[in-house]
Amino acid sequence: MAEQIWVNAEVVEGKLTRATLEMVGKAAELGDAEAVLLGPAPPDAVETLAAHGATKVYRSDDPVYREFLSLPAVQVLAALIAEHRPAVMLFASSYAGRDIAAALSAKLDCGALTDVGDLALKDDGALEATIPALGGSYQNTSTLSGEATKLVLVRPKAFDIKANPKTATVVDVPAPGDAALRKIRVTERVTTPREGPQLEDSRVIVSGGRGLKAPEHFAMLQELATLLGGAVGATRAAVDAAWVPYALQIGQTGKTVKPDLYVACGISGAIQHLAGMKGSKTIIAINTDADAPIFQVADLGVVGDVFKVVPQLIQELAKRKGA
Amino acid sequence: MNILVCAKVVPIASVTIQIDPATKRIVRKDVTQELDPQAAKGVEEALRLAEKHGGSVVTLVTMGGEDATIGIKSALAMGATSAIHLSDPALAGSDALGTAKALAAAIGKGPFDLVICATESSDSYTGLVPGQLAQLLGIPPLTFATSIAVDGRTVTIKRQSEGGYDVVTAEMPALITVTTGINEPRYPTLKGIIGAKKKEIRKLTAADLGLGSGDVGESGAREKVLTVGRPPARPPGTVVRDEGEGGKQIADFLANLKLI
Repeated sequence: MAEQIWVNAEVVEGKLTRATLEMVGKAAELGDAEAVLLGPAPPDAVETLAAHGATKVYRSDDPVYREFLSLPAVQVLAALIAEHRPAVMLFASSYAGRDIAAALSAKLDCGALTDVGDLALKDDGALEATIPALGGSYQNTSTLSGEATKLVLVRPKAFDIKANPKTATVVDVPAPGDAALRKIRVTERVTTPREGPQLEDSRVIVSGGRGLKAPEHFAMLQELATLLGGAVGATRAAVDAAWVPYALQIGQTGKTVKPDLYVACGISGAIQHLAGMKGSKTIIAINTDADAPIFQVADLGVVGDVFKVVPQLIQELAKRKGA
Repeated sequence: MNILVCAKVVPIASVTIQIDPATKRIVRKDVTQELDPQAAKGVEEALRLAEKHGGSVVTLVTMGGEDATIGIKSALAMGATSAIHLSDPALAGSDALGTAKALAAAIGKGPFDLVICATESSDSYTGLVPGQLAQLLGIPPLTFATSIAVDGRTVTIKRQSEGGYDVVTAEMPALITVTTGINEPRYPTLKGIIGAKKKEIRKLTAADLGLGSGDVGESGAREKVLTVGRPPARPPGTVVRDEGEGGKQIADFLANLKLI
C-alpha cells in the first residue's frame, strides 16, 4: 500500500494558496495525497485539491480556525495524525504553516524539517529532504529519525503545479470545543492595497534595494516594471526602511520568486536576498559596487549608477515599443 | 513585568558562514561571534516594554558555548537586567526541538509574563524554536509581530500577514516573535558597558535543566543531516561597466533573449 502523504491546505484571501497545490502535486508523486483543510474555504476547494491529485480531504469549515489563529488547528491535526499515522505531512513555509508545524513538532515530540526544496521516500520508508541551507550557499540532505509522522515545511515554488485529476472522498472533522484553544484571538485583518500583478505569479520582477536611497525612487522601478509587464519587488533593507510594504519583500524572510526575468536595481545581493530569487531564469543586475555578490548570479551585470542606467533603459524600452 | 528574551549568539554578519563537513554543524570556532542582530530586536522590544511598564525585569536566555559570552554582554550592556546562559557540551549539536526543550526547562523554573524571540535566527533560521517553546511552556504564541502593546494582562500585536497585517491578542503569559522591521536596537552606552560587568550571568547545565541525552545534544536530535554539499552553480554571466550606454546594453540583451 502506498504511503499516506498529507498536506496542510491553506486558504489566504479566499483562495487555496499556490503552495498548497504545489504540495498536493508532490504528495501524489510520493504516495496517496491527502489534504487537511481547516477553516472557511471557497466552495470548489475540495474539487480543486482533487484536480491536483488529492484522493481524500479532511475537512472542517468551522470559523474557529480563522478566528483563533494556530491553536485549534494544532490540536485537531495532532489528533488526526495520531489516528491515521500518515508517513509525511507537508506544510507551506507561510505564517500559518510555520506556526502550526513548529507547535505540532513539539506536541508530537518528533521535530520538523524546514526550508525543504525537495524530498524523497526511500524503500525503507526513510525520508530524505534536500535543503538549501544558509541562504542557498549549501545544499544539504537531512532526515528525521523515528517512527513518527515526518513534518516538513516546504520552500515556496519548490514544485510545479500540475493537473492530476482524482476523485477525493471528504471526511468531516468536528471542530474542537475546548476553550483553552481560543487563547489567541484575531480581532482585525488589514490588507494593504496592491497594484499590478502578484509578485509570486509575475513573469518579470524589477526589484530595488538600499541603492534606491529613498522611497520615491521606487516610482522609476514601477515604470520599468510596467514597460516589461511585471511587478516590483524589494529587499529586506528597503522594506525595513518602510520605503515599500512588507508584501514586496523577496528573500529568506520574504517571498521566493522564480520569474523569467529578474532585474535587481541597487541590490548588493546579501545571501538572504539571493535565497529568494536565485531560481530566476534570467537575472540582470545594476549596482555601483563591482564587487557586489549580486554580480555572481547575474547573467548580465552593469556596474553603474542605477539613477542613470534605469532611466536610459526605460527610455530605450519606450522607444523600441513605440517603433 | 517579568520579560524573558531568548537570544542566540551567531557569527558576525560580515563572516561567510561555513558548515564543517565532518560534524555537519556551523563552524563557530575561531569565528567572531555577536548577539544575533535579529535577537537584538527582541532585546530592544523588551527594554522598551520594561521602560513603559515600571518595575519590569528583562532576563536574557542564551544557549551556547563559552564564546556566547560576548553576545550576552552586549544584551546586558543594552540594558537587560541579568542573563541565563545554558552552557554544557551535552547541549551542543541540539536540533531546534532540543534547543526549545532546554529553553523551556530554563524559563519554566520561574514566573514570567512574556517571552520574546526573533522569528528566526540569522545563522540557521529554521524559525521552529519559538513555536516549539510556546507549545512546551503551554502559552499562546503571538508570532511575526511588527508592533507590541501591553494593557494590563492583555498583549496585542500587529502580526504580519500575506497581504498586510492582522491584529492579534492574548492574555499573558504569552510568547511573542518579533520581525526584523519592528525597531532599530539601541547601541550600548559606555555606562551600560561598564554596568554590564556587574550584572549576573547564571549558568545552567543540561543536568540542572533535568534533560538527558534523549532530548538534547546530537543524540537527542530528531533531525539528522545526512550530507553537506554545494548547490549547482549558475553559469557565469557578463559584467560590463556603464560607460553611458548601460541602459541600451540591457535593452539589447533583453531583445536578444526575446524578452522584449
